[in-house]
Amino acid sequence: MAEVEFDQASRIYTPGAKPAVDKLSLTITDGELVVLVGPSGSGKSTALRMLAGLESIDAGSVRIDGRDVVDVSSKDRDIAMVFQNYALYPSKTVAENMAFPLKMRGLDKSERAAKVAEAAALLGLTDYLDRKPKALSGGQRQRVAMGRAIVREPRVFLMDEPLSNLDAKMRVQTRSQIASLQNRLAISTVYVTHDQVEAMTMGDRVAVLADGKLQQYATPSELYDRPVNAFVAGFIGSPAMNLLDLHREGEGVTLGGTDIPLSREVRDAAGSADTVTVGFRPEDLSIDSEGSGAGVKAVVDVVEELGSESYLYAHMAEDESTTLVVRGPGRTTVRYGDTIALRVDADAVHAFDAASGERLA
Amino acid sequence: MAATIEDTPTTTAPQRVEGRRRRPGVGPVLLTTLAWVVAIGFFFPVLWMVLTAFKSENAAYTDPPTLFFSPTLEQFRAVFDAGIGPYLANSVGATAISTALVLVLATPAAFALSLRPVEKTQDVLFFFISTKMLPVVAAIVPIYVVVNEIRALDNIWTLIVLYTAMNLPIAVWMMRSFFLEVPGELLEAASIDGASLGRTLREVVLPIISPGIFATGLICVIFAWNEFFFAVNLTAANAGTVPVFLVGFITSEGLYWARLSAAATLAALPVVLAGWFAQNKLVQGLSFGAVK
Repeated sequence: MAEVEFDQASRIYTPGAKPAVDKLSLTITDGELVVLVGPSGSGKSTALRMLAGLESIDAGSVRIDGRDVVDVSSKDRDIAMVFQNYALYPSKTVAENMAFPLKMRGLDKSERAAKVAEAAALLGLTDYLDRKPKALSGGQRQRVAMGRAIVREPRVFLMDEPLSNLDAKMRVQTRSQIASLQNRLAISTVYVTHDQVEAMTMGDRVAVLADGKLQQYATPSELYDRPVNAFVAGFIGSPAMNLLDLHREGEGVTLGGTDIPLSREVRDAAGSADTVTVGFRPEDLSIDSEGSGAGVKAVVDVVEELGSESYLYAHMAEDESTTLVVRGPGRTTVRYGDTIALRVDADAVHAFDAASGERLA
Repeated sequence: MAATIEDTPTTTAPQRVEGRRRRPGVGPVLLTTLAWVVAIGFFFPVLWMVLTAFKSENAAYTDPPTLFFSPTLEQFRAVFDAGIGPYLANSVGATAISTALVLVLATPAAFALSLRPVEKTQDVLFFFISTKMLPVVAAIVPIYVVVNEIRALDNIWTLIVLYTAMNLPIAVWMMRSFFLEVPGELLEAASIDGASLGRTLREVVLPIISPGIFATGLICVIFAWNEFFFAVNLTAANAGTVPVFLVGFITSEGLYWARLSAAATLAALPVVLAGWFAQNKLVQGLSFGAVK
């Protein structure tokens, strides 16, 4: 139970070079699950390791419940961490693994056994307590790593891509287990992933990082609905948002001969710029089945049929290098090579500065 | 069957196809024969030595030699009568104590050089291995002078110190490679779980690398047990080891083949036995990491 605060925290590996984490400021309130997400090299894991005490904090500070932990060693920060490869002690049984942090804190044997039994029951590990990690499946190992973290009831949980070694089905299952466990325990959690779906589904709030810098820190729906820049817009959402640099014309932009109107605020923010980066999500494009000739003409390259919906990957009829992703209905009749006419939902259009990528209004 | 498999694209079952296609040709037969010849060439002298050790002197000189004879322990008795006992004790002492010292010193050194590397780690590692580059023959005169000056000739502790120094670089290098196989995440997990460095080493790292420590120890035992050059130059009656005894035996009783074989068998026995019983652990230790 704690509030965690990154205050202008930086990690600089080599003096003079670009910092791995650059002046990160972020507050995690008590009991909140915050996801740090970003592509590889974005500094998300480094930020987590700074909080864990595994990386030094070269500038700024990190506070846990108001206490500056810059000079506090990992073992005195009262945190628990779940590692990507679980880091279970191979020579110890499941029970010994889970009891290890308690043992190091001087709890006696009966107390340890009670707490381990409780955590094991919670995670469905009771039958495996005497096994060595080697004799467990990936999912079970992951749960043991969780168990080792929760037995101690730390102030903060840290999770470094804990699901990345599981298969797809297991990952979805474990994802919801972790989220509900975290809700029940109400312990502040910092969760690192490169998977934006994990970030969106698990996080109370999500911090998007790129190049060591915080891009946006907001709730999942806010990230989705109002990305602050083109990077966040392209990173959050699957398939990714269509982002096109379009020429301005009249009160909007043109795409394949079709006008897409822009709001007055956007036009004011864009000023005199010739082009703006326009983004619209696959679900904000609709296929004009009438074929009346209106709309953006595109030729279908790939059809991904998912049952309840389908995704069409197409290129514009007049410009092969411009590609679009469209969400279509399930059991679509559209096939490879078909020409379709697309309509953009003007209310759902995002506009970004073509040079800086910042959101326009 | 073979024909259908030949037709199958190799991508489906490359190993099986490979196995079936290889017909026993001349090459493999030749190679197998060669392997046997080499193996027997290596093993036969040892076998013959052991057999001879159980023969009487007369039987040992029979020409042509006999493979079947009535075995006797007479020669071993004679070897013990000739006084191998103290030499055996010296060998055991020098080997055991030096190996223990090597392990105690090499473990922390290897830990520091692998999991906590610093700027000069490479230089330190090179220094260790460079001590093995100077031929012992070149160093023996100064060593002899020093040992003589401190009045430590024919003293078992001199051998212990030298054997420790001799094996330490190899042990550090070996142990370092084992330590490198320990995932860094484990150390981080232990430190977050609240373990001190000592606890981490004892409870987390050592159990993982114990096969490696065992293998290193065994190598040190073998090298120390077989060491001859220091022993023959720096010891005499008091601190002499088994190899020294054996050489003395050749000159004094060189014509007694059976007795010499018995002494040589005794000298080889501990190392062979240790290797035999430990072969699983040794292979596991030496191939540490290769088979994760």
